[in-house]
Amino acid sequence: MDLKTKDVQEVYSVERVRKDFPILSKRVHDKPLVYLDNAATTQKPNVVIGALEQFYTSENSNVHRGVHALSEIATQKYEQAREFVRQYINAASLHEIIFTRGTTEGINLVAASFGRTFLHEGDEIVITTLEHHSNIVPWQLLCEEKSACLKVVPIDDKGDVLLDEYEKLLTEKTRLVAITHVSNALGTVNPVKEMIEIAHRMGIPVLIDGAQYMPHFRVDVQALDADFYVFSAHKIFGPTGIGILYGKERYLELMPPYQSGGDMIRSVTFEKTIFNDLPFKFEAGTPNIAGVIGMHAALKYISSLPWENIIDYEAELLRYATEQLQSMDGVRILGTARKKSGVLSFVMDGVHPHDIGTILDEEGIAIRTGHHCAQPVMERFGVPATARASFAFYNTTEELDALIRGLRKVKEIFHV
Amino acid sequence: MSDLTSLYQEIILDHNRNPRNFRVMDHPDRSLEGYNPLCGDRYTIYLKMNGNVIEDISFHGSGCAISKASASVMTSVLKGKTIEEAEKIFEVFHQLVRGEKNEADILEELERLAAFSGVSAYPARVKCAILPWHTMKSILENESKAVSTE
Repeated sequence: MDLKTKDVQEVYSVERVRKDFPILSKRVHDKPLVYLDNAATTQKPNVVIGALEQFYTSENSNVHRGVHALSEIATQKYEQAREFVRQYINAASLHEIIFTRGTTEGINLVAASFGRTFLHEGDEIVITTLEHHSNIVPWQLLCEEKSACLKVVPIDDKGDVLLDEYEKLLTEKTRLVAITHVSNALGTVNPVKEMIEIAHRMGIPVLIDGAQYMPHFRVDVQALDADFYVFSAHKIFGPTGIGILYGKERYLELMPPYQSGGDMIRSVTFEKTIFNDLPFKFEAGTPNIAGVIGMHAALKYISSLPWENIIDYEAELLRYATEQLQSMDGVRILGTARKKSGVLSFVMDGVHPHDIGTILDEEGIAIRTGHHCAQPVMERFGVPATARASFAFYNTTEELDALIRGLRKVKEIFHV
Repeated sequence: MSDLTSLYQEIILDHNRNPRNFRVMDHPDRSLEGYNPLCGDRYTIYLKMNGNVIEDISFHGSGCAISKASASVMTSVLKGKTIEEAEKIFEVFHQLVRGEKNEADILEELERLAAFSGVSAYPARVKCAILPWHTMKSILENESKAVSTE
């Protein structure tokens, strides 16, 4: 089955792109791999794998320390990556790009440093029902510690945030809004620009969890006017264990260090330590240098892709899969928001998602089953778990057909 | 396909569709919730004892076909057994789903358990089959602890 939009195909060749990802030609259980678990992690192109090998083969050294040649190369590459990230998300300054272990650490950093400094007893933090556990638990712990209150914006039956309710929840006690850009469980794309505007009218800063947005769209942090924006490299075709915290300099300047140790200091005596400038103040210890270099390669790679066409292509994948799934008896899709990214969460009458997952796996098809680290979303829809197929730009309609065939097999085995 | 049919044997599908002893028990002697946070399977096992004998046993909750059928078969097999017998059966089941025991070695009266031998080929699913049994074992161990302190 070909995509109907031929124009998209002419400019964007999915077959050519697939050749960049060695794992996509592998077989699983002696079937061609159909990888539909991209919201969990994405696959890596050759250029990323190559960059890691190149670094460890010829350039490995520590950064910001040595005077020798290798250390200079490593430092240069590490800082070039920072500049590339700055450009990619259109941050105003290099001081605003902090390397972290990933989205979770970025949120924890803001909770610990911004939260402990600016949150006091009786204050409030606002999140939404759509959040991943990583954008719930750090705020919960912080609120407990500070005797502050965590408020949650409800969603409707389609999985859209209720903006009226959101506006009502913001008060003069709200110190921070922390919301996801795209829901990992439902695929809802939140109207974060509007939500940021609403919060800013009351002088409230906003943190955006961009983990699930970055693989599907281009972000401009200045156009959004986000105060903090966090994401992970491994969800944008880069290595695991590395991510970005973008923060407006005026906030980062006021925030105390998150962790302490080497590299984040200017001078240390036993009486007093003077901290390093931004961004190094927030990067204690030897960082994940290879990860940074791998992320740089991943960002360079996706920068070279025709994004307008990719966005259309992914929308077409989602439309096609949604249509196919909706036509299946006993299958219900959770999350039908106005604007969605390539995530299809669904349940099947009489079959638990884990059993769907096992049967599809036998067909070489990888999906995620469970609560997707978003138990409040599951509770909102009254299900303990869902099956979730999530797409990337390298997926094809043929793969979606394989998914549908696999689901027919599930129904056959379970006699439903 | 042959692998999948060894996992999803008819007896398992049947117990999944029509689970036995699937009810909340009024006034149980003991009850305990078994929860797998990784996948969200959640069952409560209810127990009524008569001395050393499991007089009544039931379960309620939700989870995949493997865990539900396992709980259903477990409650069917354990009803009327003594604690010592139940612990022995637990061991047999444990070895079976881990592939440490051949289904042919299983005693005739436990042949219902043999349907779970296919689970051993699916390491990710062993925990599903084991969950109700572990919950049961915890109940029995706590019970015997409680008895010994008195």
